[in-house]
Amino acid sequence: MDETVAEYIRRTVLKIPKDEIKMVLQKWDFLSEEQLQTLNFHQIKDNISQEVVQLCEENSAGIKQAAILDIIYNHIYQNKRMWSVYQMKKSGEELETFDIIDFKKSFKRRLQSALKNVTITFKEYEDGAIWIRVAWGTPYKKPNQYKPSYVVYHSQTPYAFISASVLKSTLPLLCQALIVASNYHDIREMELRSHSLNSLKDIVFKRYSQNFQTHSPEPLQEQNVEPESADIRIVEENRSDKERIHRLNEEAFGTGPQPKLEFAQYRLETMFKSDPKMEVLDRKEPFRCLVKFSSPHLLESLKSLAPAGMADAPLSPLLTCIPHKARNYFKIREKKGFFPESFVSP
Amino acid sequence: HLATSLPLPSERDHLRPRIDLIVFTIDIKSKYSLKNVETSLAHVDASFFLGKVCFLVTGVGRVNACSFETSAISKLGEAYCSPVLFCELELEGIRVTTAQRLLQMLRICAGHIPGVSALSFVSLMRSPDDD
Repeated sequence: MDETVAEYIRRTVLKIPKDEIKMVLQKWDFLSEEQLQTLNFHQIKDNISQEVVQLCEENSAGIKQAAILDIIYNHIYQNKRMWSVYQMKKSGEELETFDIIDFKKSFKRRLQSALKNVTITFKEYEDGAIWIRVAWGTPYKKPNQYKPSYVVYHSQTPYAFISASVLKSTLPLLCQALIVASNYHDIREMELRSHSLNSLKDIVFKRYSQNFQTHSPEPLQEQNVEPESADIRIVEENRSDKERIHRLNEEAFGTGPQPKLEFAQYRLETMFKSDPKMEVLDRKEPFRCLVKFSSPHLLESLKSLAPAGMADAPLSPLLTCIPHKARNYFKIREKKGFFPESFVSP
Repeated sequence: HLATSLPLPSERDHLRPRIDLIVFTIDIKSKYSLKNVETSLAHVDASFFLGKVCFLVTGVGRVNACSFETSAISKLGEAYCSPVLFCELELEGIRVTTAQRLLQMLRICAGHIPGVSALSFVSLMRSPDDD
């Protein structure tokens, strides 16, 4: 077995948490059940990975199997990577049935004609996701297995989720191969990024619970706003206000769990509006400013702002539009015309 | 009765019993909290300030998160002749003790303790150099 392959497998196994190694190896399905039985999972990870490499040696593992192990690792621990969303456009309304074999052939051919040294690996999952791993080399160097790009493509949709390699120059090539193989004619990066791949899918596939504008003027009966302590001796003076906030919040965010995003970024190119007496920035130039909101779960924390009394309800549509507009990067420019409000650019 | 600010919503006026004690809760981590209380104070009838108002400052355990100085609150207490209590709600012991203190104050304000009235708080508030 190639030394570089052995080392790559060893390092991949080391990344896996100790008590999950067996599960990952089983998913890999390269080592037999009998071989897995011989492994001692109670020793230190260093030794476990050495033993795994030994078994792979027995089975003559090549780079192809090692790449599949890497895809499996990244599929299970997908939230460790940062994912961007790309949208593809078709030129016409040609209804072509998707053929996975043609797709793979076409993708490989496109990449390999541009770059001889690439490792391309595919894995399909039951939910229709096609995972593609590409390791990049140069005409003179073998592919660097440690800096691959990952693409997750759902063939029934025009969306691809890419976790790009740090080798930035490879991205255009990757995108090109993708549109050629999937019979689209254009691809653009959406302003939507997150660690949570499933949440990105939820947003673009519209799988999260959205708000529906209902026309009930008042709540039908006194709703149980929060499961307060059942102590009836506590009286909420502002109950109707709390209910109003709850209702507005629900209209803005829906009732279900929010997709998981870590940040929202607003690039402002608006004019600075200040007290005329302040004499600040008299020039007619936009005041450039970047506002970034970060959170382990941004949308849930935005949702809890008004009920917690930290913001007035309804929240600014700039915040609540994030899942509907499928973006968390915004550029805000001055709107020209009568209204001095800001204008969100596409 | 819990309220987020004053004045109280008028639609519930008929449901409200006599108010014996008003506790203004201020979160030391939030300037907005202090401002809110300052604005609400304007809606309190003057008679309450004879011992039936008290300020409760919460969150004092986290020294690094204080948004304003305790002297600002003390000034408020002096201005309105009302006691200021400091507590940390996240610690159960302090929470229970503070609740017991407030309960005792409430008993006095409601007239349940013979011989002691809410006015006693006012006299306790006066500092020695006032006279």
